[in-house]
Amino acid sequence: MNQPRELPWSGRPSQTESEPASPWRLPISQRINLIRFPWIRSLLQSRWPQFLVRALTLSGFIFTIVAGLLGSRVGSHNFAIIFVWIAWWTALKLAFIPFGGRSWCSVCPIPLPGDWLQQGGLLEKGRHRFGLNLRWPKRMHGSWLQSSGFLLVGLFSAVTLTDPRVTAWVLLALFGLAISLSLVFEHRAFCSYICPIGGFTGIYAQTSPVEVRVIDTRICSTHKDKTCYRNCPWGLYPLALRDSAQCGLCMECVRSCPKDNIAVNLRPFGSDIGQTARASHLDEAFLALVMLGSALAFSAVFTGPWGSLKSAAFAIGSPAWLLYVLGFLALNLMVMPGLFTLAVWIGQRWSGGKTQLRRAIANQSQVLLPLGLFAWIAFTISFAFPKFNTVLSVISDPLGWGWNLLGTANAAWLPDVSGFSAVLQIAILLIGLFWSASVAQRIAKRSPQSYFRQELPVLAFILLFSLALLWLLIG
Amino acid sequence: MIKEWLARVIAASLALVAVTIPLGAWWVHSQGTTIHARMAETGGWTPENMTAEVGKPLHLRLTSDDVMHSFAVGQIDQPAVDVIPGEITEVTLTFDRPGKYSFYCTRWCSINHWRMRGTIEVTGPGTETEAADPPLYVILGLDIDADHHTDVVPEQMPSAARGAQLDVSIPGATLNQEYYLSHSPVELWKALRGESSLNRWSDQEVWDLVALNWRSNTTPQALQEGKQLYAENCAACHGESGAGDGVFANELEQPDTGEHAGMQAGEMTTRPADFTDPAHMLSASPAHLQGKILRGGMGTGMPYWGPIFTEKQTWALVAHLYTFQFDLEDRP
Repeated sequence: MNQPRELPWSGRPSQTESEPASPWRLPISQRINLIRFPWIRSLLQSRWPQFLVRALTLSGFIFTIVAGLLGSRVGSHNFAIIFVWIAWWTALKLAFIPFGGRSWCSVCPIPLPGDWLQQGGLLEKGRHRFGLNLRWPKRMHGSWLQSSGFLLVGLFSAVTLTDPRVTAWVLLALFGLAISLSLVFEHRAFCSYICPIGGFTGIYAQTSPVEVRVIDTRICSTHKDKTCYRNCPWGLYPLALRDSAQCGLCMECVRSCPKDNIAVNLRPFGSDIGQTARASHLDEAFLALVMLGSALAFSAVFTGPWGSLKSAAFAIGSPAWLLYVLGFLALNLMVMPGLFTLAVWIGQRWSGGKTQLRRAIANQSQVLLPLGLFAWIAFTISFAFPKFNTVLSVISDPLGWGWNLLGTANAAWLPDVSGFSAVLQIAILLIGLFWSASVAQRIAKRSPQSYFRQELPVLAFILLFSLALLWLLIG
Repeated sequence: MIKEWLARVIAASLALVAVTIPLGAWWVHSQGTTIHARMAETGGWTPENMTAEVGKPLHLRLTSDDVMHSFAVGQIDQPAVDVIPGEITEVTLTFDRPGKYSFYCTRWCSINHWRMRGTIEVTGPGTETEAADPPLYVILGLDIDADHHTDVVPEQMPSAARGAQLDVSIPGATLNQEYYLSHSPVELWKALRGESSLNRWSDQEVWDLVALNWRSNTTPQALQEGKQLYAENCAACHGESGAGDGVFANELEQPDTGEHAGMQAGEMTTRPADFTDPAHMLSASPAHLQGKILRGGMGTGMPYWGPIFTEKQTWALVAHLYTFQFDLEDRP
């Protein structure tokens, strides 16, 4: 917040960093500022479009909860299950995140009432604002709570993903939690520190082709008011935005900047990763590993051939379920972090690196981001593609009571996805693997030590993971 | 300011629509008579008891909340209809006579599947419900819980067709249906063995004559019906081969262990009877078996089928049970 630094894309050599200018530090001309297009500009400047979309998602959210509570108990015939875990989840993993980063956060209904209370109005800021506006405790910063939340949901996922009532109660609980936190803490405390979705959306947003960035810092240095910071519901300082992990693409800063100095850039994929100067933290490394471990665990439980494993995941409270919990937690808390730490450590020792292990782990964890993103895309394809016909039928019969509102209740559209889906998953896992390998290369090139020795164990780790997931999904 | 209020109205209307549509639909839905089927462990049929009138069609909408079930009504000619999870099945019932009918599930849905029953109380004009005759085992004074056993068993499976080929005239006393119903196969065998006119036949050939007698007291249609009833209702516990080794046999023997541990079948249940054991089966008369089927086993886990099967169906089932001991095909 103090010294405006020269930005990577400003075309000038950086003054505060010691790294040499590198080929992937792109000058701003290689980023397309979408605000330059008048129709995009007017869409974003007005509050109405985003408000309407959010009002609709809120309405859909409420409908989902009520359908889940009152409708048929049979998951495949209930709007709540199909639209949350098939339709929305697929949209999130295949569209929102890879192409828009944290774009779902800009239309998510969960923090909406909290936002309204905090700003004292739906469309415009009002005079009467509610909330204590306390600071989020420093100790609870980072994504540790989000990783824990994700793991917690994972323990009960078998029942949550199939029982409409449980899904409804979980959504209601998150809704209530978000509103409560908004009344106590400032900004989007729920979204930044609690929401399990926000956690992984944030880390994967760094691979996405969209970003919000300040255009010319010199303009900011003469602007005393810093309206962008005052208006950001996420509590971010746009001038200091170095990566897209925390920015929810709400566009408030774009709207409030009197100098039109904030851009919404289209940029190459993966622009935020591969930079060791970036202060990546252990919490992000842990979250990246949890995402990998969960992908393996859920593939095994939900799409695997082991009936006893699936039954154990369902029988909550039973000894079998406790074994499943132990296995799940061991995988995510011990095996994945342990193996990765080992790989990083071996790489450091072998290459004679002087970096502290914590820092090395945090740096190398960027390699896991494309891998995890694509692993989840592949896994989502594996379970969602064969079930798309349920999306059509549940639109006509959302409560599973034999309705046929749009005539699609008995949608016989059952495309044979078996061959096509498998090929797609393999291709996607391969893309993730090679992209991750290239990130490893980028990271290693910045260090004076031997790239090969430092990265080889990490490459072995990601290869092992890819093979394991490939075997679970396809084999 | 106007914009703000407009925004509030829009948001509130959308939210209201999202709440009232399903809420209203749910209210309408709960006013109707949709019957929800669940495994017996989690509630069975809801509602469980219904009323109807003679001659007035009863429209029912059925849905399942968990697994596949099926709906059938005992003692009337109504084919079973599948009750599918998340979907609605419609069925219309019409009753000719007043009385208390039982409806039940005919798709094995859990270990307590047979407990999924409900009643339909039908009122109205019609023949007065007569007091039913007591079942044969009661009239005969049979103790159907007593152990029964015979040491006299055939060397190979007796065949009715072989018995027919012997072309022997059987003493009249043993030929009528009353005798068949009230005597066990081994009792008939001993009676025949004692007949001097049959001295020249071997033990096995006399068994073939017993099998022939059993065959002559039933029809191929009854045997076929019995076979179907067995497959639908009995095989899950008693096994397809009749050896008491059905899917749920282990759970009935030891309710707290095994794959379905926690699915309580009841206290003190025992392993299902083995119909392939000649010592056991050949010492049971048709009346004895009918009694077991009608009344169920006291504390053994055997369901009672009295309200479900008609008398004709019960005798057909009994006839089929003997096919585990006898070859009742018309051709050898």
